[in-house]
Amino acid sequence: MSFVKFENVDLAYAPGGALAIEDVSLDVREGEFVAVVGPSGCGKSTLMKLISGLRMPSGGYVYVDGRQVGGPLKIVGMAFQNANLLPWRTTLDNVMLPLEIVEPYRSTLKKERSRYEAEARQLLARVGLAGFEDKFPWELSGGMQQRASICRALIHQPRLLMLDEPFGALDAFTREELWCMLRDLWQLQPFTVILVTHDLREAVFLADTVYVMSKRPGRILVRREIELPRPRDLDVTYTDAFAGYVHELREHIGRVRAT
Amino acid sequence: MQPNLVKAAPWLVVAAMFLLWELICLGFDIPEFLLPAPSAVWKVGVEQFEPIMMHATQTFLTTLAGFAIAVVVGLLIGMAVGSSPLLYRAMYPLLVGFNSIPKVAFVPVLVVWFGIGTVPAILTAFLISFFPVVVNVATGLATLEPELEDVLRSLGASRLDILGKVGLPRAMPYFFASLKVAITLAFVGSVIAETVASNLGIGYLMMSASSSMNMPLVFAGLIVIGVMGVVMYELFALVEKRMTGWAHRNPNGAA
Repeated sequence: MSFVKFENVDLAYAPGGALAIEDVSLDVREGEFVAVVGPSGCGKSTLMKLISGLRMPSGGYVYVDGRQVGGPLKIVGMAFQNANLLPWRTTLDNVMLPLEIVEPYRSTLKKERSRYEAEARQLLARVGLAGFEDKFPWELSGGMQQRASICRALIHQPRLLMLDEPFGALDAFTREELWCMLRDLWQLQPFTVILVTHDLREAVFLADTVYVMSKRPGRILVRREIELPRPRDLDVTYTDAFAGYVHELREHIGRVRAT
Repeated sequence: MQPNLVKAAPWLVVAAMFLLWELICLGFDIPEFLLPAPSAVWKVGVEQFEPIMMHATQTFLTTLAGFAIAVVVGLLIGMAVGSSPLLYRAMYPLLVGFNSIPKVAFVPVLVVWFGIGTVPAILTAFLISFFPVVVNVATGLATLEPELEDVLRSLGASRLDILGKVGLPRAMPYFFASLKVAITLAFVGSVIAETVASNLGIGYLMMSASSSMNMPLVFAGLIVIGVMGVVMYELFALVEKRMTGWAHRNPNGAA
């Protein structure tokens, strides 16, 4: 059974205005790692807003976990290209922010603070931020901020993680490090991931399934399953099979741009 | 040497100004009823120390009362206007229009309503100083990053949650910056009202001194107001630094 399901979804930001996405249908099963790629401005971010319930579709239906989405979902974690950490909170307090909002953590936070704090520290240690818990965001490098931002998206153990070009602003080496970090987190405790990106290597390396979207109005052009064996190592990015996938997806994007 | 100079610079400038002023008065032999020399002002200040202090205390407390109301009201209006685009659009022209009215023109109205005395002075101080608080708090709230709002909203945060967890802490640097401006404006307000409609306070003291051509006393009053303004400004600058150090971080401190 599918966990996230789109049925012929349209979205226009202004009523009667131009469509941002058009006739999108897709199926994501629980625990699947999905990447959405496409030229910039193709409505990838719109997709995320629809899934998280921040936007209602103008046409068609969005289902998450078997139910039609009618408002913000609480089983979702989000991270963006900009880490958006709060500068007046320490890294640890930034990561704990969702626990102050989402039930059942919210009402038990006072009593169980030390336990939650230990969990947050453990999560930070897992992404290589041990020893930085009490630093402020501006004392961290860009890559570290992004790690913390992903920890914040995961601390309330969401069933669905949505990432909007989370590594877009990082240098190539840091980006590959963070791919591995995300891979490890996902492999340790599977959750559903929807990753919006325009980096094809990133999509192929991380995802089970890659969707290619067209220019505005965004439509799904291709759905491609990536059948590289897991766990994947960075070395896999130098294999012919990997290059083949990237090449194939690149051609679709090229066609999108040409038309 | 260099840091010491930076520290001493404001005092040197003030001293230089007084010195120049004294020299001009002496050199051109300016009569005291036009422009009294600083030495004459100082003499009057020492002679009349007690009445000056009495009026200064009155002005100071009036200003603080008006300022306190301005902070509370400004914070509330700023929060309302900053967190709702509708209210922002709806209220802004009215607020700007109101702020453009010279408050001295409003004092007679207050006198009709509340009589001569402390109340119109407190209200004038409030009216003149709440606007910067409103504008700054509203700006701080309205410029919240949309992605951050999305993160919180997707967790099911209510508007109140977003305001409390992100909006207000984020607006605090703007708020504290506005306090520095507001406190100096509050002095302007209370002194204006005292000159027009009071028999207490530095404003009244200056008014009555000028009607008897006692110019040194008028200038003593001006200087007392100036000193109080500077002291309060510095106090709130210190509070600002303490409360929102994260916004004034040293750029070289980043790792």
